[in-house]
Amino acid sequence: MKRNKTKSMIPSILFMLCVVFSLGLTGCGSSSGDEKWEVVVYNWGEYLDPDTLDLFEEETGIHVIYDEFDTNEAMFPKVEAGAASYDVICPSDYMIQKMIDHDLLAEIDFENIPNIKNIGQQYLEQSREFDPENKYSVPYCFGTVGILYNKSMVEGPVDSWSILWDETYADNILMQDSVRDAFMTALKLNGCSMNTLDEGELEAAKNSLIDQKPLVQAYVIDQVRDKMIGGEAAIGVIYSGEAIYTQRENPDLEYVIPKEGTNVWIDSWVIPKNAPNKENAEAFINFMCREDIALKNFEYITYSTPNIAAQELIEDEEIKNSDIAFPDLTQYDNLETFHYLGAEGDELYNNLWKEVKSQ
Amino acid sequence: MNRKKLLGTPYYIWSAMFIIIPLCMVFYYGLTDKNGAFTLENITAMALAEHAKALWLALGLSLISTLICLLLAYPLALILTGLKVNQHSFIVLIFILPMWMNFLLRTLAWQTILEKTGVLNSLLSFLHLPALNIINTPYAIIVGMVYNFLPFMVLPIYNSLAKIDQNLVHAARDLGADGMQVFLKITLPLTLPGIISGITMVFIPALTTFVISKLLGGSKVLLIGNVVEEEFTQAGNWHLGSGLSIVLMLFIIVNMVVSTIFDKDGEGSVL
Repeated sequence: MKRNKTKSMIPSILFMLCVVFSLGLTGCGSSSGDEKWEVVVYNWGEYLDPDTLDLFEEETGIHVIYDEFDTNEAMFPKVEAGAASYDVICPSDYMIQKMIDHDLLAEIDFENIPNIKNIGQQYLEQSREFDPENKYSVPYCFGTVGILYNKSMVEGPVDSWSILWDETYADNILMQDSVRDAFMTALKLNGCSMNTLDEGELEAAKNSLIDQKPLVQAYVIDQVRDKMIGGEAAIGVIYSGEAIYTQRENPDLEYVIPKEGTNVWIDSWVIPKNAPNKENAEAFINFMCREDIALKNFEYITYSTPNIAAQELIEDEEIKNSDIAFPDLTQYDNLETFHYLGAEGDELYNNLWKEVKSQ
Repeated sequence: MNRKKLLGTPYYIWSAMFIIIPLCMVFYYGLTDKNGAFTLENITAMALAEHAKALWLALGLSLISTLICLLLAYPLALILTGLKVNQHSFIVLIFILPMWMNFLLRTLAWQTILEKTGVLNSLLSFLHLPALNIINTPYAIIVGMVYNFLPFMVLPIYNSLAKIDQNLVHAARDLGADGMQVFLKITLPLTLPGIISGITMVFIPALTTFVISKLLGGSKVLLIGNVVEEEFTQAGNWHLGSGLSIVLMLFIIVNMVVSTIFDKDGEGSVL
């Protein structure tokens, strides 16, 4: 779920260029000779420790070509159009469901991924929400979405999404600039499911977001992190994986999961159907599931790892027992995972979001 | 003759691949729906409340920015032409220098300057002056537009000013015109092509920008450029995005027609 701040239009521009090239130069297929020793990885920005890629190359001799995206939505059309063939991708839950729905994913051969044993059973169980038979995906990171607040600027304990509608904090609130996350806060506040397609509920959520807009300082994605560290705002909606990092930088910051419930998300490795090097992709996923590698990545990106063996290896007791990194989710009964809502559902959400933004 | 044509080949290939084909694709997407059937819905969608509002806002902000750029650039260009050769090339260099830096970085720098806890406000509070809260408002977007596009206004005006034959000015003076009259009857009409070219080069990028409004407007101010960008990258509705772009193209074409009428010899062009 991590979003990189690098210019969001670049992937789309690159994609356009790719399409233009493929139209202009049909016939010039991409038949490079050494395909066998390559693996093309498509991941979120800053979402693994670059050292692990070097280690992988050293140990297996497979050359990694690494590419990054900043939103699920930007990644999808590239893969769907088949303009670029990736071997391993790391989308989030609902996007994996959408990709399965569009028949874009290949079944993973788990014979080649013995390290799957390191992944906690509960995470595989949760994956069934979007990958019902655990055939297409291997969990890489998970987390929640919550409220990050600055203790020196906010009174008392925060435990509810309603603080995002509190006029005391006008111009001090940072909202997520993405449809599903923004609607999630309003839907949860109103006591609805964040996967609802009920027009009345969505209309109400839209109105809540419109009411909230004058109080919002800015709609941002990755900048929540830097702005909160810098004390630019008092309250922000953020992914749990960023919380540990921000607290390290600014001890005044506190992360809470609101009592109304929130989004529990999983980002998982998948292999697209048109992957040219499927076996290398499986070797890569297996490598990423190795406990020492998973630990290295966790320490670098601070996003919670579903790798139980790696969790055991964490030396810093504070992090190991951290409620933010590894929360006991059983105490909440209103947590949900995003579902793919179909083309019409997507359009409905997008149109309502545009109404909010144009206010 | 044939050889000359041959030399043009790279340009033809270039423009076919990066101008003609993409343009055809925009029209194809803009005029079809998801099933590939012909429709005008994506074009007429511009009339929807949220799109129309974004368009008017973008038009308003880019007009204001263009006007401010013009008011700042013309006197500056006049000063530049008055300077000695080595002095003015130095000042032109200073003007162009920031353009060597990435556009996004420059805009992000403005964010750091204008933020609540930013450079400007730290300075103001140090001087015990009230804080200036313009970040994430349309004002910040105008600041960003003017800053980023000002060189595009200065250079064409400066070019057309530099080309004026000083004998014309002397002749007007000889015939008894005062400074104001010389300016209004000689200088201004002769620099009109530069002004029009400058207006085009500021207005069009300002109208379609989405980065400036995103970074300095905190995504709270939705311009038509943002709508189009989001349709492509987030909503994945290329048909609507293309349809809205076609409507935007109309404004650009009108602007270009106006500038060709005034600038028949291509005098004001700098690039």
